[in-house]
Amino acid sequence: MTELAVERQAAPPEVRGVRLYWRRLRHRPVALVATIIFSIFLLLAVLGPWVTPYSPTYQNYEARLESPSLSHFFGTDRFGRDLFSRVLAGTRGVFVLCGLGAGMAFVVGTTAGLFSGYVGGFADEVIMRIFDVLLSVPSLLLAMVLIATVGPSKTNLVLVVGILYTPDVARVVRSVTLDLKTKEFVEAAKVRRETRRHILFREILPNALGPLMVEVAMRFSYAIFTVASLGFLGLGVQPPSPDWGLLINEAQPFVELAPWLVLFPAAAIALLVVSTSLMSDGLKEIGEPVRSGG
Amino acid sequence: MDPTRSKGAVLSIADLSIEYRTERGRLPVVRHATLDIDQQQSLGLVGESGSGKTTLAMGALRYLPENGRIVGGTVYLRGTDLASLSPAGLRHVWGDQVGIVYQNALGALNPSLTIGRQLREMGTLHLDLGKRDAYRLAREMLIKVAMPDPDTVLRRYPHQLSGGMLQRCVIAMALITEPSLLIMDEPTTALDVTTQAVVLDLVRELKREFQAAILYITHDLGVVARICDRIAVMYAGEIVETATTRELFKHPGHPYSLSLLGCMPHFDLAAEKRTLVTIPGSILSVDALPPGCIFAPRCRFAVGECEAAPPPLVEIGAGHSCACYRWQEVPPPEVDVREETRMIGTRGAGAAAGEVLLLADDVRVLLKASGRSLELRRQKARVHAVDGISALIRPGETLGLVGESGSGKTTFARAIVGLTRRSGGEVVLRGRRLERAVEKRPKDVVREIQMVFQNPDASLNPRHTVGEEIGRPLSLLRGVRGREREQLIGELLASVNLPRDFGSRYPGELSGGEKQRVAIARACAADPALILCDEPISSLDVSVQGTLMNLLMDRQAQAGISFLFISHDLSAVEHMSDSIAVMYLGRLMELGPTAEVMRPPFHPYTEALLSALPVPDIDVVQGEIRLGGTVPSATEVPTGCRFHTRCPRCLGELCVRQEPPWQAVGPSHWIYCHISAAELTAVQVSILDGRLGLDNKAASR
Repeated sequence: MTELAVERQAAPPEVRGVRLYWRRLRHRPVALVATIIFSIFLLLAVLGPWVTPYSPTYQNYEARLESPSLSHFFGTDRFGRDLFSRVLAGTRGVFVLCGLGAGMAFVVGTTAGLFSGYVGGFADEVIMRIFDVLLSVPSLLLAMVLIATVGPSKTNLVLVVGILYTPDVARVVRSVTLDLKTKEFVEAAKVRRETRRHILFREILPNALGPLMVEVAMRFSYAIFTVASLGFLGLGVQPPSPDWGLLINEAQPFVELAPWLVLFPAAAIALLVVSTSLMSDGLKEIGEPVRSGG
Repeated sequence: MDPTRSKGAVLSIADLSIEYRTERGRLPVVRHATLDIDQQQSLGLVGESGSGKTTLAMGALRYLPENGRIVGGTVYLRGTDLASLSPAGLRHVWGDQVGIVYQNALGALNPSLTIGRQLREMGTLHLDLGKRDAYRLAREMLIKVAMPDPDTVLRRYPHQLSGGMLQRCVIAMALITEPSLLIMDEPTTALDVTTQAVVLDLVRELKREFQAAILYITHDLGVVARICDRIAVMYAGEIVETATTRELFKHPGHPYSLSLLGCMPHFDLAAEKRTLVTIPGSILSVDALPPGCIFAPRCRFAVGECEAAPPPLVEIGAGHSCACYRWQEVPPPEVDVREETRMIGTRGAGAAAGEVLLLADDVRVLLKASGRSLELRRQKARVHAVDGISALIRPGETLGLVGESGSGKTTFARAIVGLTRRSGGEVVLRGRRLERAVEKRPKDVVREIQMVFQNPDASLNPRHTVGEEIGRPLSLLRGVRGREREQLIGELLASVNLPRDFGSRYPGELSGGEKQRVAIARACAADPALILCDEPISSLDVSVQGTLMNLLMDRQAQAGISFLFISHDLSAVEHMSDSIAVMYLGRLMELGPTAEVMRPPFHPYTEALLSALPVPDIDVVQGEIRLGGTVPSATEVPTGCRFHTRCPRCLGELCVRQEPPWQAVGPSHWIYCHISAAELTAVQVSILDGRLGLDNKAASR
């Protein structure tokens, strides 16, 4: 039988996995720079207390409201605390609070979105209408109301961020699920009587990961804003924590006298938010499935 | 190039080469193509997808994407050298002298303008007509393309028309300027066979009426046999053979043409089934051209000489040129088919004993009306997509299910496997009644019925490796794990002729044919008794179709699997099946053994399908029956016989008022018609008449 001959000329070995993603990332300079900046922030969050030149709470009354210098890169605040150390130390808080919050939104939103989209019908209506209600309230207002009710602890902040962004994640996952559930590989899974859990998490979810990662990264950057805003309003992390929002709040009376006190924490927020969202844009393209020739 | 050579030709392409600049460098997608088309002549440009047919046609007109470039050769259109024209001059030529009909008619029309407006604009833009004159011309054109009720159609928007009507509008639009050249790029590929036949008839008519030369691009040799005077066969960017249609079908010179002819099913109603000719390997990519003949790596006739230097295109007969050193060695197709194919005993042992594997008894499926009408949706109207179908499948046999789109074939298969719940009737597997939904069926029943889907791109999970896809049914339905599982995955891959290391590949790294093989291997992994194949080959190239049909029949012969083979392509169904069920609007019209269904008497619907079928054979005598319109919506099932609205043999009152009886015309052959078998036999033409080649073949056995 002639067709038994091997069907295909040897294809060039495809690059896969991490190497493939790295290769794709290299070709996207914006995403690459954003990823590097994000990684530096992440590294600082991990190393935090060990790399700060001063203790973030050490008060040096000899050096109050000093402008940026070689000994104090970002200057000092009204208690003579080193602002550079405080901004660095604040990074960990940002990552922990927003990371856990976005993580919670990811887990809850994904599960709800997968279920809602796949099952459809009445359950879908109920779940999505609840989310619509949450989405219809301005997020900062909702966060303020919730925090005002339960009190401003770190756990509560994480929960609030989670609740705030679950609907967005759920909507994205749901729309991807609606598209994927009619695909023939899902039908094939049904034909071999896979459990619903397998279909949702093994067949559909891996194909939804691309848009999902983008969404979660977006929500992470939104969460940074929200947490900072709550901190600024005094509803977030309480003093003397070096939270970025709180830093800006504390700097308020000295805007004219010591503008760097506002500038540096604000710049940190902006830089992290922008790099996160540029990175998430890049993720979208980098996470595409392997294609021949791609 | 000497322009006098092309005197008389409308389009004369000489030595044309086209390159695409891509990330992988310059790809020579068309190389040294030479073609002439005379007035009122139609030339079929044939080849598999990726062979460069469309690029050649569009490139000849200098209508290329930005990264495309003509790197050599000349093109004359009515004696004008297209290379000498300015961009504005070219646009003028495109508008006035060339008409183009694309595959996707809906995409070629502007969805927000009426048909009348769009046709009229052709007249006002290119013919300098006033609005009123242009409108009158548009109407005349619609009449010329045999459009029923042209005045209404002129007021319609594209989405309000059926595929066949849209394609007619596009043809009318292309012809309105009375172009010298009409390029048709797979214009009927997306249409139903019955509609395709009507459009092809129209093209044949137009050829007589208009002066245009037609360049017809297609992958379907059956279509070419119907309407083309000459054929050019293209392979991997080169024209390997040009000949008159008759010559090419009778005495092909190039082994590729020969294999293309052999890999399509030929109506052959002998009791034994045969395999199809296959072309090993896949079409080569133009960035890695061999030094010799481009077809040599896949050629059965290749010798050392072929790999050394590319064979020149030489004249081997009157108007017949061919690029092959060994054209004299190439046998006539009917000899080749006999020698290159083998008999395959697919008929299961159980068939003779009268065993029944699966019995569908009066199966009905109600679906929500997906109509466009808001009215229907508000009423939550439900329609019978499958309206009482009874059929049986014997062990190791294939039941073919054929019908136009919208006839409910897929819904029937889904009801059997339990993806769609049936609303009535029974499905019985080896005496066991099956639950309606697959989730409620016991595991051993689930294992027994598997499915292969139509779209190879969607049937494998892009995030799972081939090994995971095939291994899943093994562990889930058969409890096979560990090394045994790996072993079986390898064996299954080998059984569909794929190398074992494909297990670690992702679907994105496979071609369409390879994906479909994996899908077949996955279905076989469950060790099923029945596989439902829902149009498994329709989206693939002809040569790949042939290989897959061989593969399915091999699996059947070796593992005794039964198939329900669904297709709109009657020739594929005929080739694969032991019995055939013809379905129309949710009902069976005819059911019987293949050989009997394919010979008179048949149901008028079967007759219409058969006469519409593009058979890749020029001596075939086919009926002249054509069906108008499309399958009616299931929300408005006609009274009496549901086929009466389109039936060419409708008796009138009787068919309109009364449901026809199930006439037994053979021991297991039924026809759902009022007309008696004897009367049908008297008036119907057998497609096999005049096919001497087949009689010879039968005698030689």
